[in-house]
Amino acid sequence: MSNTGRPWNPYVAGALSGLLAVISVLVSGKYLGASTTFVRAVGMIESSLSQTLVENPYFQKYNLVIDWQFMFVVGIVIGSFIASQIDGSFRVQSTPDMWKERFGKAWRPRAIVSFVGGVIAIYGARLAGGCPSGHGLSGLAQMSVSGFIAASCFFIGGIIMARIVYGRG
Amino acid sequence: MTLMYGIITGIVFGFLLQKARVLRYDKQLGALRLKDMTIVKFMLSNIIVAMLGIYFLKEFGLVELSVKATILGPNILGGLIFGLGWGLIGYCPGTSAGAVGEGRFDSLSGILGMLVGASLFAHTYPYLKSTIYQWGNFGKITLPDVLGVNQWIVLAGLVVCYLLILRLLERKGF
Repeated sequence: MSNTGRPWNPYVAGALSGLLAVISVLVSGKYLGASTTFVRAVGMIESSLSQTLVENPYFQKYNLVIDWQFMFVVGIVIGSFIASQIDGSFRVQSTPDMWKERFGKAWRPRAIVSFVGGVIAIYGARLAGGCPSGHGLSGLAQMSVSGFIAASCFFIGGIIMARIVYGRG
Repeated sequence: MTLMYGIITGIVFGFLLQKARVLRYDKQLGALRLKDMTIVKFMLSNIIVAMLGIYFLKEFGLVELSVKATILGPNILGGLIFGLGWGLIGYCPGTSAGAVGEGRFDSLSGILGMLVGASLFAHTYPYLKSTIYQWGNFGKITLPDVLGVNQWIVLAGLVVCYLLILRLLERKGF
């Protein structure tokens, strides 16, 4: 922790996050997840524009209010900010290094791809019933069959797209 | 109080994700390009500990499972679609939030995209519900249910599998 910029061992951080998941279920009865929050957030935005927009069976499934998971996602931003400030790894960056190497440092192409990726990713996550935290971590920790199926498909789709974007090697 | 638990859990989780560097585009694409398995190591360690803890507490009736339904159509199609999007954005819903926290602002347009995508999903849901959601519904099942084997045996088997995968990754030098 005293070493500036040095990452933690992923096994240690992963195991601690697993312990956190257990404590969360014990204390608040909540399994970690993130993608429902995007539904709630956009639902709240749409309902502020017009109530008829959210009179649809999907939005009706959720209370369009700030809940445990919404605060959890906000907490992730804060926790990451604190951690990156402590070890000096905070960097304002609009094109990731790997992207820069292949496509250059212009921020617009990256922003567009990131946007399109976001649209597709959340559409898939909601259809699948969860994201890598909800289905992947929480699902697999419960030995849920849907978790095994969804998590495998996440990686299959991801590997295919990574190959399309970066080619072989 | 629930909201307080939510934000505290999020802060600790975000802290750990950042410390392990798993929030980053480079790490996520690194895994998808089969070059850097940091996120896989993080995920499997999380799952092993969480699985043992949750099933141990469940044995004493202290926690309940919250299993998502297995419906082959949406699980498989949605999973693949998510994966394709993930390969483009390089963040998942949780890590996109964390990426903002460490200054990786390309995730902001991704988050905007996710809001648009969530809206698109909500408005196309009635159609999906009458089609894809009808394909292969098995309900809320776990692996021990399917195998008909004692949950502790399945759990032990999975832990062994996960440890073997991790050992293989270390040996191959990922």
